[in-house]
Amino acid sequence: MKRILASLLILLSIASLFIGAQRISFAELLQFGGEAWELIWISRIPRLVSILIAGASMSIVGLIMQQLTRNKFVSPTTAGTLDSASFGIMVSLLVFTSAGPLVKIAVAFVFSLAGTFIFMKILDRVRYKDTIFIPLVGLMFGGIVESATTFFAYKYNLIQSMSAWLNGDFSMIMQGRYEMLYISVPMVIVAYVFANKFTVAGMGEEFSVNLGLNYRQVVNVGLVLAALVTSVIVLTVGSIPFLGLIIPNLVTMYRGDNLKENLPHTALLGAVFVLACDILGRVIIYPYEVPIGLTVGVIGSGIFLYLLMRRRTYEQ
Amino acid sequence: MVKVRGVSKQYGGKKVIDNVSLDIAKGKITSFIGPNGAGKSTLMSMISRLIAKDEGDILIEDREIGKWKSNDLAKKISILKQSNHINIRLTVKDLVNFGRFPYSQGRLTKEDEAHVREAIRYMDLEPMQHKFLDELSGGQKQRAFIAMVIAQDTEYVLLDEPLNNLDMKHSVQIMKVLRRLVDELGKTVVLVIHDINFASCYSDYIVALKDGAVVKEGTTEEIMDTAVLREVYDMEIPVQDIGGNKICVYFA
Amino acid sequence: MSNRTKLWLLAGIAVLLTVVFMTIDAGGHWDYILPRRGKKLIAILLTGTAIAFSTVVFQTITNNRILTPSIIGLDWLYMLLQTLIVFLLGGATLTLMNQNLRFVGTVALMVVFSLLLYRLLFKKEGRNIYHLLLIGLIFGTFFNSVTSFMQKLLDPNEFMVVQDKMFASFNNVNSDLLLLSAVGVVLTGIYFAGFTKYLDVLALGRDHAVNLGISYEYVVKRMLIVVTVLISISTALVGPITFLGLLVANVAYQFLNTFRHKTLILGASLISYIALAGGQLLVERVFTFSTSLSVIINFIGGVYFIYLLLKENKSW
Repeated sequence: MKRILASLLILLSIASLFIGAQRISFAELLQFGGEAWELIWISRIPRLVSILIAGASMSIVGLIMQQLTRNKFVSPTTAGTLDSASFGIMVSLLVFTSAGPLVKIAVAFVFSLAGTFIFMKILDRVRYKDTIFIPLVGLMFGGIVESATTFFAYKYNLIQSMSAWLNGDFSMIMQGRYEMLYISVPMVIVAYVFANKFTVAGMGEEFSVNLGLNYRQVVNVGLVLAALVTSVIVLTVGSIPFLGLIIPNLVTMYRGDNLKENLPHTALLGAVFVLACDILGRVIIYPYEVPIGLTVGVIGSGIFLYLLMRRRTYEQ
Repeated sequence: MVKVRGVSKQYGGKKVIDNVSLDIAKGKITSFIGPNGAGKSTLMSMISRLIAKDEGDILIEDREIGKWKSNDLAKKISILKQSNHINIRLTVKDLVNFGRFPYSQGRLTKEDEAHVREAIRYMDLEPMQHKFLDELSGGQKQRAFIAMVIAQDTEYVLLDEPLNNLDMKHSVQIMKVLRRLVDELGKTVVLVIHDINFASCYSDYIVALKDGAVVKEGTTEEIMDTAVLREVYDMEIPVQDIGGNKICVYFA
Repeated sequence: MSNRTKLWLLAGIAVLLTVVFMTIDAGGHWDYILPRRGKKLIAILLTGTAIAFSTVVFQTITNNRILTPSIIGLDWLYMLLQTLIVFLLGGATLTLMNQNLRFVGTVALMVVFSLLLYRLLFKKEGRNIYHLLLIGLIFGTFFNSVTSFMQKLLDPNEFMVVQDKMFASFNNVNSDLLLLSAVGVVLTGIYFAGFTKYLDVLALGRDHAVNLGISYEYVVKRMLIVVTVLISISTALVGPITFLGLLVANVAYQFLNTFRHKTLILGASLISYIALAGGQLLVERVFTFSTSLSVIINFIGGVYFIYLLLKENKSW
């Protein structure tokens, strides 16, 4: 399976380089330094790289959140992380108008971290820990944060620009505008190092302490990872709903639960999925583009529904 | 009389109740016993229409439960499940009042009030009838729920593990009340019960279930037998006569 | 204070607000001002009551105090429909088209959508209601993706037309629609009257309700339909106010501290009227229309809700 995924990834990556409003032929590529190469360097490769990073890291973050909460349906979309990051972006747009991207990321990060913490606090309070109920609470919480964003956006006439920000889109990615995404790469490595600890922490505080694990610290590392990766991606690409939810679930379907072994699969499948969605979005109304937020939103909600329906049949 | 005829139920392709038939005698205590996953609670929930059956008939007074009007059935048969968490804040009396809903549809008459008072008295809840449920101990809460069922005044009373989480004293108290319900008021009580010695000391009939089927049914005398219990529980259970009761000594 | 006194107190505040609302800064132009303001108040009364009522009923059915009926995707469906009209037919069409037609069409589609969703729930025994809500919510996110994609393609002028519909407003309520809605709400109310007695029992949960002789599926299905119709009417009339219901229902529970639905519903309706009329007064006199009422209500409702979740240590 891993091999199939890897070869699919390479195949799709090459295809991705050649698809776009501007056609590129192999003949043109033979002349090095030509216009075609410039296009590839400035636009196509940055786009490909950001797709791969976004797809892989969002999926991994989702997997970590699911481990920590022991709930298959928790992800940045269903825990308020995504909405809190957007709120942060809006704040940075308002307050630090001329700030560079790093400041914006920092602000978005602070907010999404706070939002995720609040969600975890809420989880502590909810005694009725039904698998279905938790994401419902998370989505409600997200909706509330979103309404706060709207409150300010409306006041300062930012609604349309915020809504454009938030619908994930790779078409604006080019050299000089995506490099922040590299921040996610070390995060993924940290995730790999901590993998087993996340699994233990997911069993609960008492369980972890009994095994000599610093529970708070591990949970905090997980949340920081989630918040940071989400903020970086929302700021550079925009929000891609459900990605962190469906990919880990699909991987578990064919591989079972083992965080550390599943991580590479999750990353691969996430990258392949986003890449495929992006290519689809680019060819479906060629030469125009359907943004990734919509393609993943549509396909992702379909898969999520399928997961929900399926869960019922084998549960009892 | 309650008659169960060829009833089956499956979840996701797995049969949890498989072609069960049995009769429940009037004016007696009947206990369902059996290992975990035997289908005791499922069967009880089907008899009380909390969950639907896939196949078979359940007759109450010779009438299929599907043919009964739900409200009329609520005057005939009542059920109390083992977990009774309620989301709203109620006093004991509020809760017991609900028992009269099938008769009054929410508007209590003088007669309803009398039933409620009687049920509260029966369960010794008078001193705490105006307390909220969340201020009560586990045993008191369980008594309050049983009082509600008593106020409902049905011929058949079904209780799913009524002793769950109760200490010895309260367990005995509840079982004595159930015995009185049968002996004094002529009710028919059906229990799902885990503690086989409680079943032995207080029931008239025992139905032993295993893997969704009835292994054996009969009087307490007949079921409380090492050979029968071996078949039900797959273990050796010596039975001794202590003070006129048959007690299982299975701990060692 | 007894609950009776509390209800009278609320009624007193409501009357007071009504008087202030009708007379403030009138400057003698009574024949112009009274009908205009009266219309606003009728719209407020209608939507406020409909939302308060349906939220309390919905929360009783779902045995939960943190959910609101709009989360089954109704608000997003409404937005999708309005955006779709502008997107396909242009901004002018939405403002010029037959309002009765738009109203009836929107309500009909929202109700049909929920009916389909309920069918899904009740087709199979044993599905829990949170399952239905989560599915509704995912549909909502799906509608949201499509909506924001279309909004992105709109030019700013047309977007403003959509934006007007995004936020509930009582300023330009059409008299015909008001009459239509009133008829709809009253008819629905009459239909519901026979079910009122079941509410207190339903709050005990499904098992107790069935034990006490309620034909649970039959009753709940009809109540859900009533809830949907009311929410759809109020949304189509003034626009979405997602978290109003959540706010007023919870304030009512806290303030009245009873389980009796007659008291709760009456109280929640009064609180709802007070919140809307008071809020409208604030928007007009203090903020001089620089913000939208629904934006404020959603914001306050959301914050109050999170406060409730974090403060109270009980099960939901």
